Amino acid sequence: MKLKTILMAGAMSIAATGAWAECAFENDVPLKSLSAGFEAWKAVTDAMAECGNFSASLDQEFREKQPEAFAADPALYQIGGVSNATLVPLLNAGTIRPLDDLVEKYGQDLLPNQLIKVDGQTMAIAMMVNAQHLMYRDDVLAELGIEEPKTYGDVLSAAAKIKEAGVMDYPIGGTFKTGWNLGQEFINMYLGEGGLFFGDSNMPAINNEQGVAALETLKAMTDYMDPEYLVSDSTYVQQQFQQGKIAMANLWASRAAAMNDEAESQVVGKVTMAAAPMGSAVPATTIWWDGIVLASNMSDEEADAAFRVALEGMDTDMVSANNDVAVWLSTAYSAGALAAGAAASAEGGAKAYPASGPMGIMHTSLGNGLADYLTGAKDAQTTLADIEADYVTAAKEAGLISN
Amino acid sequence: MNFRTFAAFVGPSVFMMLLFIAFPLVSVFQQSFYVTQPIYETVEKETCTPGFVTQTCVTEQVSQPKLDEHGEIITQTQYVGLQSYRNVLEPERAWRAISDGSWNVLSTINFWKALRFTLTFTLITLPLVVGCGLGIAILINNAARSIRGPVIFISLLPFIITPVIGVLSINWLFRGDGILTAMMEWWLNRDIALFAQAWTIEVLMMIYRVWHVAPFAAIIFYAGLQTVNQDSLESAVIDGATRWQRLKYIVIPHLMPLIIFVSMIHLMDSYRVFEEIVGFSSQGYVISLQWLTFDYLTPDQAGNRSISRASANSMLTMIGVVILLILPLRRTWRDHKGGH
Repeated sequence: MKLKTILMAGAMSIAATGAWAECAFENDVPLKSLSAGFEAWKAVTDAMAECGNFSASLDQEFREKQPEAFAADPALYQIGGVSNATLVPLLNAGTIRPLDDLVEKYGQDLLPNQLIKVDGQTMAIAMMVNAQHLMYRDDVLAELGIEEPKTYGDVLSAAAKIKEAGVMDYPIGGTFKTGWNLGQEFINMYLGEGGLFFGDSNMPAINNEQGVAALETLKAMTDYMDPEYLVSDSTYVQQQFQQGKIAMANLWASRAAAMNDEAESQVVGKVTMAAAPMGSAVPATTIWWDGIVLASNMSDEEADAAFRVALEGMDTDMVSANNDVAVWLSTAYSAGALAAGAAASAEGGAKAYPASGPMGIMHTSLGNGLADYLTGAKDAQTTLADIEADYVTAAKEAGLISN
Repeated sequence: MNFRTFAAFVGPSVFMMLLFIAFPLVSVFQQSFYVTQPIYETVEKETCTPGFVTQTCVTEQVSQPKLDEHGEIITQTQYVGLQSYRNVLEPERAWRAISDGSWNVLSTINFWKALRFTLTFTLITLPLVVGCGLGIAILINNAARSIRGPVIFISLLPFIITPVIGVLSINWLFRGDGILTAMMEWWLNRDIALFAQAWTIEVLMMIYRVWHVAPFAAIIFYAGLQTVNQDSLESAVIDGATRWQRLKYIVIPHLMPLIIFVSMIHLMDSYRVFEEIVGFSSQGYVISLQWLTFDYLTPDQAGNRSISRASANSMLTMIGVVILLILPLRRTWRDHKGGH
């Protein structure tokens, strides 16, 4: 009886993968891809591999390798996985090719908003979007009669109530790890306040009221966070959620599925996805996309094959098999409760991450400089002035600001 | 040994040292005086990114590097003198902080913040490493012959563990509600957050470093202990010297050259403290000089990196090591000269 069930299950799963493993064509051109290594990329590259003659490098350090690998002639990888930020160095170096003719030939199933256009030319095909948005413990908030927080004021007063009621010591979680994560938190807040990062000719412009407001909100949140917040990254916040230690966090949509992972989570079904809290202007978050680019240093035949394989990787079969892994851009994607937060943030008018060369430097300067304010070593104005000074030094060295 | 044999043995090593140490050093030295940058032009560009229903397109002024006819970015290299050193040291800001007597401001400037920690770390761990090493060596030396092998093996274990792995395990043991923090919380009955302020992180780093390096010192000292003159020790016992007096007047003077050797190696190593910063992800509180070089070298998402400042900073780090080594080196040199 038991053996039979197992055999049946095995047969079923083979049948299932069999149906999924079909690639529309047999690829005979050797192809390689280099991309980040998170779950969605694994799903996409696995689907690409079914066409044969394809090998994928999933590498967290891809951003260091990609510019050099694509500049080589012939390029070391034909397919690259990028986000809106990591697209910038490739665009600047001119090492990726326009995809318009290929889209016309093979891209009938692509949604119009998947085509990333720069100056009218399609330079990348987006496959998913990602954004930080509010996740909160439905049960905890409902029990204390708290409404869904809409602004950071709401988040803070909800946190105060939860702490007062003695439900949790640290109700808020945050990806405040010094460096990229902390820089990203400020960027969310600052854009939410309606701030602009640069004035004329790449000069910084963050030392203003919006900047101070963003810093003050960040600091106010740390009062309700585990005191070790400066080492807390996305995975750490995800675990805090899963272990029921925090009630609210502005966390990446790509982490939403983990809340309902029964193997890890003690709060299955208790976490609600909501829009990112509003700043004074728009929701305090940024919209990111991930997608593929093709190298310019390869033959047109190779590009042809690479494009078809890449499309095979993000086709409807892959999306329906991995629906909850990401917020996919595909007709086959059924947006469930897990995607509600990202969608609501976008509807609220959240900005896209303003990726550019200067922004890369600004993000680093912010990430390294903000901790001094949160630990109390500097006041808000000095912090922002020092970050601006640090940015100017680095931007001058990079040639983005003339001396 | 005649010269040819000598040269044949030493040649490959000298060649490797030139290739992998001397030339890169010269190149770094040179790069610290130059800045290489792309030539940017400002163009108006329309960029479209996906929304949920439609795309959002923005037109804005962007700086983009000029490309030559082969599609390569045109770069220019410029001699900037000591500018990169000034960018790293920020002398005006540092001087203002010093003349105001405000230590807090000085310790928020990257280089000085890093130097402060690097020096504290180096100088505090040095006596601890030598002391613990000597302690372990004497312990091994006094252990019964039958268990000496296992004792040596166990005391060497920390040194065998890869530094990054060692640091990460300490991090996981203590971070958040890690096993050891949870145990301390249960014991002291209060909430403890070891990664929430600088000094606890620094103490953890120093404990880790001593734990990691002491076995190395111990094994060197243990070797030295085997050559202590047994006659002197015996006559000291007959003269009624205590254990402590024997250690102070016979063993330690005998081990002095080894102690200096271990100190020098430790000074060089710990002045380049790096794994601890990365493993503890302590950048928010504590940074070191070597980490600063690494940070300058790490490209951001847009691919910018500060090669010149990284070069300047690593030259400064090297100068720091040389200054630290002058004292023990002078002593060895004097002893050496006195010996002949």
